[in-house]
Amino acid sequence: MPVTALDGRVVWRRRTPLAQWAIWCGWFALGVLFVLSWQVMNKNTIWLFVEDAPRQAADLLSRAWPPRWSYLDSLWVPLWDTLNIATLGTALGIVLATPIAFLAARNTTPSVAILRPVALLIIVATRSINSLIWALLLVAIIGPGLLAGIIAIALRSIGFIGKLLYEAIEEIDEAQVEAVRATGASRWQIMDYAVWPQIAPAFAGISVFRWDINIRESTILGLVGAGGIGLQLQSSLARLAWAEVTVIFIVILATVVISEWVSAKVRAAII
Amino acid sequence: MARSRLASPGQDMLRVSSLSKRYKGGEDALRGVTFDVPAGQVVALIGPSGSGKSTLIRCINRLVTPTKGRVELDDTDITRLGGRGLRRARRLMGMIFQEYALVERLTVMENVLSGRLGYVPFWRSFFRRFPQSDVDKAFALLERVGLSEHVGKRASDLSGGQRQRVGIARALEQDPALLLVDEPTASLDPKTARQIMRLVCEVCRERDLPAIISMHDVPLAKMFADRIIGLRAGEIVFDGPPAELDKAVLTEIYGEEDWTQIHPEHEVRPEESAEDRHAHEERMAGLR
Repeated sequence: MPVTALDGRVVWRRRTPLAQWAIWCGWFALGVLFVLSWQVMNKNTIWLFVEDAPRQAADLLSRAWPPRWSYLDSLWVPLWDTLNIATLGTALGIVLATPIAFLAARNTTPSVAILRPVALLIIVATRSINSLIWALLLVAIIGPGLLAGIIAIALRSIGFIGKLLYEAIEEIDEAQVEAVRATGASRWQIMDYAVWPQIAPAFAGISVFRWDINIRESTILGLVGAGGIGLQLQSSLARLAWAEVTVIFIVILATVVISEWVSAKVRAAII
Repeated sequence: MARSRLASPGQDMLRVSSLSKRYKGGEDALRGVTFDVPAGQVVALIGPSGSGKSTLIRCINRLVTPTKGRVELDDTDITRLGGRGLRRARRLMGMIFQEYALVERLTVMENVLSGRLGYVPFWRSFFRRFPQSDVDKAFALLERVGLSEHVGKRASDLSGGQRQRVGIARALEQDPALLLVDEPTASLDPKTARQIMRLVCEVCRERDLPAIISMHDVPLAKMFADRIIGLRAGEIVFDGPPAELDKAVLTEIYGEEDWTQIHPEHEVRPEESAEDRHAHEERMAGLR
């Protein structure tokens, strides 16, 4: 008991002595585990290479600098492809995710027993696979190119948008729904007048947020042949053209910064 | 609707007979409630929290489905209706809520026009292309409740009293044959509460519209209602004119207390009862 009698006075401690000892033992076990893990992890490390690392890094940087700015001219088209993959993929993802979110939300699903678990399964399944892996599969199925990238981004987005949107739907104020229902409105009118206005800000915010993430994800899809600037990155890396890689990194950084700025502006405007 | 206006005074608009409601958890919210309401009568429903006031009002327009008994509006038994028939019955019953229950992100005009949803097809409501007669009516009602200036504002930008006026306009936009009012003043200050009660009672007189108003404020109920029904534990324990509501009756309804002290500010909001919780679940289920 945290409350004990001591010398005729009642003393309060946060924990009982037993609980306090258990916590100290827990910390000790964690320390032992860390030391053991460190030993296992570094069994195959060649320390000579690690000692050499700063020199290697300096060498790489010296070859990557200055950036070969002339390479920029051949990057505009892949960059445009990347933006298209992200934007079209997000749009397709929204179209697919919205009905799934309504099926998954406890308060709007037509069937709790069957459709809701199916919708939740779709959300979990698409979320659990990284878009790079989706792209790998899709390049194998529909061949290399932008389409594989767009579909990969869309599939990965379904889970993200679907999950956040169905949570927003479950959090709506049910009094507003009740009030619209009391007017004699039909099911679709209730959706339009009572449910949709309440989730519209969340819907817009989630969509822009996902678009922002997808810009970043679509920059690497080219590594597996799904189009975009990643394709250029792969070829420069293969040729050890570090000065070109620097230019690509700068372009990606600038794009991501701009997309984050846009999505922040849009979200601020809606909410 | 027109036929409701033609109902001669004294004829019963609403007939509730042996209405019972048992929630899933097994609590009896209503036990055999029976009463009639003639056209134009304003009935105040009083009783302690958990006595079934809210359930009774929601059983009448079937936001909650009663377990037993009948609710007849203009000789139509509402408890037997489903689908389209139920929606047609609901559009005849305007409802006003405690926390206003306006759609916060829609404009005042859209909120008022949502009172026509039971009358217009989906495409008209979706594109906000309501018939001009509905829009004219909405403008007239907004003027009646004193909100002509606020037509284009979002509901969330209004004060409590203004929101409740929008709620009243939305209910009247339905051309109702009956008003169901669930604690209209519980979220308002005493002065606004009186103004809102006066407005509700005035529009009922103007339109010969019967109303059932649940409320906690006994003096306010006595001031405005033609008739008072007292509920306790799901049963009617008093049904009569306000003048007959004396100390003995109040003790019967609420239990022993000093009744000279009644004042809304002194009321403590009780914790959510089991009835509230199951009623909540059932209302959420209705969206499916």
